[in-house]
Amino acid sequence: MHPLVWIAAAVLTTLACGAIARAGDGDSGSPWRIALTRLRDNHAAFAALCVIVALLIVAALAPWLAPYSPIAQPDIVRLKNLPPSLAHPFGTDFASRDVFSRALYGARVSLSVALLAIVVSASVGTAYGAIAGYVGGRIDTLMMRLIDAGLSVPRILLLIAVLALWAPVPLPVLVLLLGLTGWFGVSRVVRAQVLSLRERDMVVAARALGASDREILWRHILPNVLSPVIVSITLGIANVLIVEAGLSYLGVGVRPPSASWGNMILDGADEIASLWWISTFPGLAIVVTVMAFNLLGDGLRDALDPRQVDG
Amino acid sequence: MTSTPAASAPLLSIRDLSTWFHTGGRSVARAVDGVSFDVMPHETVGLVGESGCGKSVTSLSILRLIERPGRIEPGSRIDFEGRDLLSLDDRAIRAIRGNRISMIFQEPMTSLNPVFTVGDQIAEVARVHSTASRREAWERAVDMLQQVGVPAPADRAREYPHQLSGGLRQRAMIAMALMMHPALLIADEPTTALDVTIQAQILELLAELQTRVGMSILLITHDLGVIAESATRVLVMYAGQIVEEAPVRTLFDAAHHPYTEGLLSAMPRLGDRRERLTVIPGTVPSPTQWPAGCRFHDRCAYAWDRCRTDAPPLYQIGAGHVSRCHLAAEPARRRAPAFAAAAPAS
Repeated sequence: MHPLVWIAAAVLTTLACGAIARAGDGDSGSPWRIALTRLRDNHAAFAALCVIVALLIVAALAPWLAPYSPIAQPDIVRLKNLPPSLAHPFGTDFASRDVFSRALYGARVSLSVALLAIVVSASVGTAYGAIAGYVGGRIDTLMMRLIDAGLSVPRILLLIAVLALWAPVPLPVLVLLLGLTGWFGVSRVVRAQVLSLRERDMVVAARALGASDREILWRHILPNVLSPVIVSITLGIANVLIVEAGLSYLGVGVRPPSASWGNMILDGADEIASLWWISTFPGLAIVVTVMAFNLLGDGLRDALDPRQVDG
Repeated sequence: MTSTPAASAPLLSIRDLSTWFHTGGRSVARAVDGVSFDVMPHETVGLVGESGCGKSVTSLSILRLIERPGRIEPGSRIDFEGRDLLSLDDRAIRAIRGNRISMIFQEPMTSLNPVFTVGDQIAEVARVHSTASRREAWERAVDMLQQVGVPAPADRAREYPHQLSGGLRQRAMIAMALMMHPALLIADEPTTALDVTIQAQILELLAELQTRVGMSILLITHDLGVIAESATRVLVMYAGQIVEEAPVRTLFDAAHHPYTEGLLSAMPRLGDRRERLTVIPGTVPSPTQWPAGCRFHDRCAYAWDRCRTDAPPLYQIGAGHVSRCHLAAEPARRRAPAFAAAAPAS
């Protein structure tokens, strides 16, 4: 553990949040700037954003911040199941591993799996929804029925089945599976938005001035569907995080000895009554993170509401 | 074709334009049904009619902006600068839109993209239609804003649509439309969404730009006041057809078609002490089932048997004045005052 790195992480977080707060100051009429100002003035959402920034910095710097190795088992007899103390702030688990260090590394795994999975979901969902909405007609109907079919399959059960049959899955595959089962909602939102945008005077006017389909899609449609996509990405991260934690808790997600918050809860699940610290800290981490993303998502929804922009 | 068009050659010539909407089932909405007219160089033609008479569909048809289930029917012909617009491929018609023929719309707020600055959007037109660099296009955009009378154009160019007033937004739209110095500007209700004082300014601006750029304007409106101020020639549309065409003075002094007569008497006039405005009874019929015979017969105060069975042709009334009404053949059937009598009925 390097105290200097902790100080650096704290300074970095403060600077980042300060920069976000100041970015909302200017009086530019840019819709993005206006949204940022609104977000900053929403205290809960802004606090959530700062928590997320801090989590991301901690996750990125985990190797330098963690006092111990997340997988080292220094003394499996004498150092196992120690309650929280100065040496082990979150205690140790059944294999004498430091829970605090594992929680830091777990943040890395859980957050990067969630973020990467949502990038997959958002890209696939936006492309699919934009095509369905813009092309319209029978193709749209067909594409939407496929979405209905996809949504009718319970996601967790599907994932458990695939993951259990395919064990052990490497992390990139887990990311892909989470991403490819999570884009239906985004594509519905995007399609609905595109459907209403393409009927807007703005699009007719652009066509009347000679814009091609491609230019209309890139300049007029996609920038205007960005707001709902950003909101659903933010709320989606919270959702993927829970799904990943659930899968890892069930032993089919992130496999030990790699730490993820989900499989850490599993480590302490059997003796939660006596050795409470093993499960409680990663559990709290999940709660705080999911809540932060949900609060931020709600704040973004208010901040990006296009109906308020022209007011 | 290499011949230079003579002064009398029309810039835009529309023949038998029919735009129908095939909305499934057996019903076909014949929104525009056999419309023919010309627009001469440097001329302002007014196209008037109630909502739903087909005037906007006509204007969208010229630029081929009709989307499914709408279709421009075979047999229609639109010639512009010696080219048949209906036979052009996608790329060729895009090169005409915004370049040789431009269009401005009623609602400048919703016609502009909220996420880009107005300067950016005006510059984009130049970038689509020419090889102008980003910087050149921006400078031309600022210059164009200046030409349409926007104060402090360099600052305004950096603002977003929601920061501008309605009048300034419409000026920005006009700047976009005129960026490439089009030969024809189609203005679809350009002043309807604006305050009356701003309306006059915009109409004045259009007239001024018309002489400077040397373009023709097709002015689409339901407001005869706007027509009186701007147009030299007027087309009156009803139920998907042109029912009367006349020079603007003739139309106001000696309208022939009963529908035009009705439109004129429904106009509020200064010094008029009537408490209620005169109305034309009834509404425009549905485009899926236009009435047989004359399409106006069920709302017309003069209608007789012939009107219910024979569709009237366009009768020549005078120089440049035609009317789609059997009264041209049987003038004795006109008895005044037709609409004053119809007014008290609610």
